[in-house]
Amino acid sequence: MIGVQLEKLVAEAPAGVEEALALADGFDDALVHGLARMNDVQAAAVAALAGALGASPLGPAAAEAAAKIASGSVSEEHLVALAGARTAVFGAVHDALLAHLDGALGRERDAWEAAPQAPSGDALAGSRSWLQELAITGWRGVGDELVSAADQTLETLWDAPATRGTAMLLDGLAAELRAASPIATMDVVPARRWADLWARALLARPVAARPAETVSGRLLPLGVEVQEHGTAVQMVMHAVLETGGATRLVRTSVAAPKVDTIVGPAVWRLLHRYPLFLKAVAEHRCVEVTGLPLTAGGDLLWSEEGAAIRAATDPFVTARVQLAQATAPAVPPLDRHPVRIAEPVLLEDYSVADGVLTLHGHGLALDLDRLPAGGSVTPELVAASTACIGLLRWDGRWSLQVLGARGKVKRTEVEAHNGDWAQGPTDPKVLKAEARTGDAVAVLRERAGRLLRK
Amino acid sequence: MLDSQESAARERRSTVRVVPPVRPRKLAKVPFVELADGRLQGVVSSGSDIARVYVSSVAAGSRTFSCSTNNNRPCGGLRGAPCKHLQALVAEAVLQYGKERVARYLRVEAGPDDDLVRLLDGGQESAQAAVVFSRFLRHLSYLELPDTTEPVAEMHWFPAMGTP
Repeated sequence: MIGVQLEKLVAEAPAGVEEALALADGFDDALVHGLARMNDVQAAAVAALAGALGASPLGPAAAEAAAKIASGSVSEEHLVALAGARTAVFGAVHDALLAHLDGALGRERDAWEAAPQAPSGDALAGSRSWLQELAITGWRGVGDELVSAADQTLETLWDAPATRGTAMLLDGLAAELRAASPIATMDVVPARRWADLWARALLARPVAARPAETVSGRLLPLGVEVQEHGTAVQMVMHAVLETGGATRLVRTSVAAPKVDTIVGPAVWRLLHRYPLFLKAVAEHRCVEVTGLPLTAGGDLLWSEEGAAIRAATDPFVTARVQLAQATAPAVPPLDRHPVRIAEPVLLEDYSVADGVLTLHGHGLALDLDRLPAGGSVTPELVAASTACIGLLRWDGRWSLQVLGARGKVKRTEVEAHNGDWAQGPTDPKVLKAEARTGDAVAVLRERAGRLLRK
Repeated sequence: MLDSQESAARERRSTVRVVPPVRPRKLAKVPFVELADGRLQGVVSSGSDIARVYVSSVAAGSRTFSCSTNNNRPCGGLRGAPCKHLQALVAEAVLQYGKERVARYLRVEAGPDDDLVRLLDGGQESAQAAVVFSRFLRHLSYLELPDTTEPVAEMHWFPAMGTP
């Protein structure tokens, strides 16, 4: 990413984003206090959100839902209509932001062409009735008992592959509601975040990822991001895939359930069934993939059988040589939300001060919160870096999530990437700390083995 | 208190940290600790029998406590004051969550030099062993669930966040 590209990205904002988000904010505030007892202001805000969809196919259903809910009838069907309206607003914001980003970077992107997929069964009915209770009660009124009411539903969602994503989402939401208790007296309710999670779960349908094609070629890693909450972790490798004549941006990931006491570099141990994935990540190895399914959304479904480890690569070289010509994948309709924007970029010859990266006079916020705890990429290295690979993100403004950085710390050239410790920490200090606390995964597996099957 | 800019950011962002970070600790002695359902509760491995565990809990507010085996046999060490299992539970909870968060949850006024266990003056109550033990088993069962290479788009809302 060069100076003029950054300038285009941050200097202008796509029109209408703030107005659209303001519509959603009104609904989110109503959800804080509960839809069963809205005051006039909240009812008007919900009606305004529905009204914004007036010209779309969702319009009539959303308007009816807003009216019915204002009169006190909070049915599941009406909630789904309003969640749909809110999701459509965020979808439009996503599209505007991504088009703006693609324009600034000159990035080519595939169009979404896949036909919608029919859901199989209705495994999510239980989850929807819990979400209905949450909406009726409002975040402020949620207590331990209502949170625990989701436990049984969650167990069944974890069991089926098609609903596992929703299980991970709801588990994360439930843990947050529990940690924030008593929410009635909480300083600031994370209204947009919880409404995001609520709407996403309410609209979820049990469908498995459907591959659009199978591909073979060379996979060149750019970097890895860690996504985690108390009971789940997902490692997402961003990479360039060379197939025949085409160069594409893809992601490939492994996700595993976990518990909250498995933290820091220890989370990598949960992926022990994927040694080739871990090796590729830790050693920046080129991977020759054979017959791996690729979804229309750009997710390469990793399989150890379809992967062969080849020579070590330099992610900075891959980014410098390949990023400009790689085609970005389309975004699946349901995933159109600003939170999903994560575009790999390379930045060089910039300066860093107070958490802001400046290139040719244009600033980009560094999202240093997103550096995983106990990883090898530290805020100090980022501050001292002169080159980095990161993901462009948007959450109210553009920011950069660093995946790997290179720079001079105390007069030595240092390079670090998020996946450096995928095969175990290499820093003696971190190894010592791990030795002190012991292997959490092994201890809990022993306990599980002894106590669970009795 | 948060300043207004910071609170606006928390209110109108899709990714903010809500759950405070949990610190790594040795799990061998106290494999499970949680602040839930109005209690600090958890499971303490028996020092003498590898197949036995104790379920210990402290109620927020009343500061009453209980300890028994998972088969509901009362803990022999519990004679009006917290036993060694309860002491271990509180000590590990402080390691995991920090003293301030544990004290706040239990609604105990604790100064920087106070030992939390000494402030548990509510006396004994009847045990909640079955409920807590089943929550522990549920917790362990997460490690038995399958991993997946199918993309989980929902996890974009949960970026790993370093210690602030």
